[in-house]
Order: sequence, then C-alpha cells, then structure tokens
Amino acid sequence: MSGAQGFEILVDGRPVPVEPGQTLGAALHAAGIRTWRTTRFGGRPRGLFCGIGVCFDCLITVNGTANLRACLTEAHPGDEVTTS
Amino acid sequence: MTDHDAEPYDLAVVGAGPAGLAAAGVAARAGLRVALLDAGPRIGGQYLRRPARPDPPPRGAPAAMLARLRDALGDARVLLGHRVWAVEPGPDGDGFAVHCLTGREERARTIVATRLLIATGAYDRVLPFPGWDLPGVMTAGGVQALLKGDLVVAGRRVVVAGTGPFLLPVAASLAAAGTTVAGVFEAGGRLALAPQALVRPGKAVEALGYGCRLLRHRVPYKGGRAVVAAHGDGGGLTHVTVAKVDAHWRPRPGGHETVECDTLAVGYGFTPQLDLPAQLGCAMAADAVGGPVVRVDRRMRTSVAGVYAAGETTGVGGADLAEIEGVIAGRAVVADTMDMPAAGASMDIRVRVRRLRLAGFARALLRAYPVRDGWMSWLRDDTLVCRCEEVPYGRLKEARDLGASDARSIKLLARPGMGRCQGRICGEAVARLAGAGPAPLRRPIAQPVRLGDLAEMDERTPDDDT
Repeated sequence: MSGAQGFEILVDGRPVPVEPGQTLGAALHAAGIRTWRTTRFGGRPRGLFCGIGVCFDCLITVNGTANLRACLTEAHPGDEVTTS
Repeated sequence: MTDHDAEPYDLAVVGAGPAGLAAAGVAARAGLRVALLDAGPRIGGQYLRRPARPDPPPRGAPAAMLARLRDALGDARVLLGHRVWAVEPGPDGDGFAVHCLTGREERARTIVATRLLIATGAYDRVLPFPGWDLPGVMTAGGVQALLKGDLVVAGRRVVVAGTGPFLLPVAASLAAAGTTVAGVFEAGGRLALAPQALVRPGKAVEALGYGCRLLRHRVPYKGGRAVVAAHGDGGGLTHVTVAKVDAHWRPRPGGHETVECDTLAVGYGFTPQLDLPAQLGCAMAADAVGGPVVRVDRRMRTSVAGVYAAGETTGVGGADLAEIEGVIAGRAVVADTMDMPAAGASMDIRVRVRRLRLAGFARALLRAYPVRDGWMSWLRDDTLVCRCEEVPYGRLKEARDLGASDARSIKLLARPGMGRCQGRICGEAVARLAGAGPAPLRRPIAQPVRLGDLAEMDERTPDDDT
C-alpha cells in the first residue's frame, strides 16, 4: 500500500505518512490517531464517525484553519494538523 | 465577492453518484449545458467510491458502472469539491441559484441554472446507545468509505452491527482486506431477505456470495442480536455488549455477551439526504416504512416547478434504481427544456418497467428490515442522544416531563439537533423518542456557513429556523 508518491504531514509536529488522495481523517485513522478534538461541554474525544461529511464529529484544524471536516479534506504535502 | 457564473446552465445536478451521473450524461448528450456538483474530490458518490489511484484497476460491477457513467457524461461540467449550502430561486426569479463553498478555503461560489436535479443520496441511519460516541464506533457506511476510498481498514478487530443487507458487504470487504471481523449482528431476522430473493435472483446470488466470503473467513453472522452498549477506556473502544433481542428489539433477559473489538461498524439502514428539497419546499411523501422522501411524478419532477429528484432522495433503493431514475430525470429535463412534453414518452416503457421492478424490490427490502422501537430500552439517562450538543437521554425525558410532547418542543427545551449536524444524526431518534415518526427538519442552510457568505446572498434571506 505504500506508494512511491507517498508523502508526510505533521500532526502536532509528529510525521504521519499519507497515500496520495487520502483524506486527513483516513491518514490519521490509519496512523492509529483516532481522535483530534474534544467536545465543548464534556471534553469527550472525537474523530471519524459518519465518514462521509454528515455528522461534523471529525472537525480538524489544518495550517491554522479550524473546523474542516477531516473525512472530506484531502491531505496535502506539508499540512500541519493541530489537535486539541 | 461571490463569483457568479456568467451564463446560466440549463441544468445543475447536485450529487455525482449513480443518479446524478446518469442524469447529467443524458442531458449533456442532448445538448444541454449541465453543471454536475459534488462535495467529494471524485465522482461516484458512496456506492461507486474509489481510491484516487486505484492499483490494480478495480474490477466488478461498481467499476463497470462508474466507467459507463463517466464515459457517457458528454460535455457536462463536473465541479468537484463543491459543497452546496443553500439553493434559492434565481436572481431574476427565473431558475435557481446554487450557493456553494469550494475548496479548503471555503471560497463562496454561486452556480445559476434554469433547472435543478437533486441527487444527494443518503447516509447511514444510526440509533443512540450507551457508548456510541466512543472513538472507534463508526457508521457502517463510514467504515466502507474508508476502505473503498482511502484503502484504510478501520480497525484490527471489528464488530459489524445494525440491520439490513448492507452489513454483509461491509463485513465481507473488511474480512477480505485481512482484518478480523469478530461478528456480524443483525437485530432483525437473519433470513428476512429470503422471500425477496425471488424478486431479484441476482441480488440473492450477491448475498450468497457475501455469505460464502464470511463463512470462508469464519465470521459469525447472527440474527436477533444487537449491540446495546459500547465500552472503552481512555484510548477508545475496547468491547461491546451484544444482547439477544426479541421481535421488538428489547433485550432478552440473560442473553448478553461481551465481544472484544477496537472498532464497531454500525448502521440501521439509510436516511435520504433531504436538506435541499426541504429548503425549496418540495412536497414529501412516505416510503414503505413511513420515512420521508421527496415526492416525484413518473418523470422524477418534484412539486416545485423546475426541480427534479432522483436516486435515494426519492426512496432508498440502491445504485441500479438510482441510475434508472437518473436516466428518467435527465430525459424529463431535456423534454421540458425543449418544451416537448411528449418527447421520450415512448422510449420510457422498458425503462419504466425496470424502474418499477427495482423500486418494488427496494420497498420489500425496507419492509424486511424495519427499525423496531425496542432500541429505546437500550438508553440510559446519561446516554448522549445528540452528539453535537451533548444532550443526554435524561434531559430529553425532563423536557418530556415538562410537557414537550413533540420533537420540535423537545428540541426547543433540551436542544437536541441544534448543533452543527443540524439533527441529521439524531433527528429521527429524537422524533421517535417524542413518539412521532421521522419527518424532515426545515433546514434553511444545508451546511454550516460563515455569516459573511450569508450576508452576500441576494436579498432573499431564508427564515430563521428555531
């Protein structure tokens, strides 16, 4: 599955491998990172749930832009993800 | 500034799954200017989802369907990464303005078209249960999307649960990808599908194929069982409680077992994505089990002039039915655009017969896998019903005790369905807990949007939905 054209992104400064075309959510999930934000009230960890852009559970901050849906956002080389 | 396309399109199609692709192709090849919009990075929607660079090239029925539909797209303009957040009547009261956010920057863009086809598909229906918001609990469709679109296996040890025939292909693909499927738990009867096999023998063969694959990978498939709780530690899901359930899905005393897993793929059928038709005021109808769908005539025209619907929005029925409906809708748009209402009427017989047959099968499937009310007994007071606003069941009960007797009053008092997903995930559960059937919520805005983009909309402003 590791293609020659694979690249890396940084998640809280840690490199995570990405296959071309993968979403941020898929790349993080594949790397064993299952949560990247916590809820407002209960501080509950959240990651992928519906996987197709409906539930807004997987909101992620990339290169300083908050509230992108990780399941819909394709990863780009050099992306920096910050989790909370 | 909003970038209005200079020339209006004859047709804007929202959703590039089987229905949208088929309709866009038919209309474009007849010479119409067609814009085909989709939120995703590739065409295909859910069923035809594929990786960015499939290697080896995918084979099988979905790959063949995708190739056929792609090759038939003609000059249709495909606009990917376009998330439609509102549709309203066009600037001169003519046609429609389709408001989108594009790309990561969420750049605003408005597509103007004379006619509109809604082919937005469906998403997994999920029911709340204790622990369903633990990391590692995902929808069955989400697990399938990860595998099909990103080649990522959702977990190392996966339980598949819920109801309906979709659980089988999900479990079979996971097993084929080399992960351990610890069990498939169907809350309904295991053989609910059997009588319908006579209607579509091809589907029976398909189901048998999945069954054989599960058998080969030694995956247990059990009916009359439901995952009634998920458990975890700080790191996420560790195990689920599987209960034997009666015909109403109430757990039978003593029939509980614990199954270790790091991932749960759960789905109770599908819910049509009705935000846009609801926004436009399209009349709704009820499907075979009372769920809301867009009402269409024989040519897939909705109650709003110039608006058509095809695929799962008119009733969940799968890719083959969606494609046929797309073809019918595309032909209707062509006939209406050229003001030749009779055009295409004669060609329709074989297509219509096929549609009726497939729709009949779809209705039989819906009836074979209904959601039973016993799921409500799985809830505890601290079980979240609304994941966005973190509203537990206990608070819904308090609202009910205060006299809120319908979903809307409960929503106003306890705020379920008021978060970012706008009740897409919990809306049906809240309605059922209020004792009502599922009804589409009014959603003037289909996706969260910045206030600046709202302010830039033409004078017509959607009502506040509270």
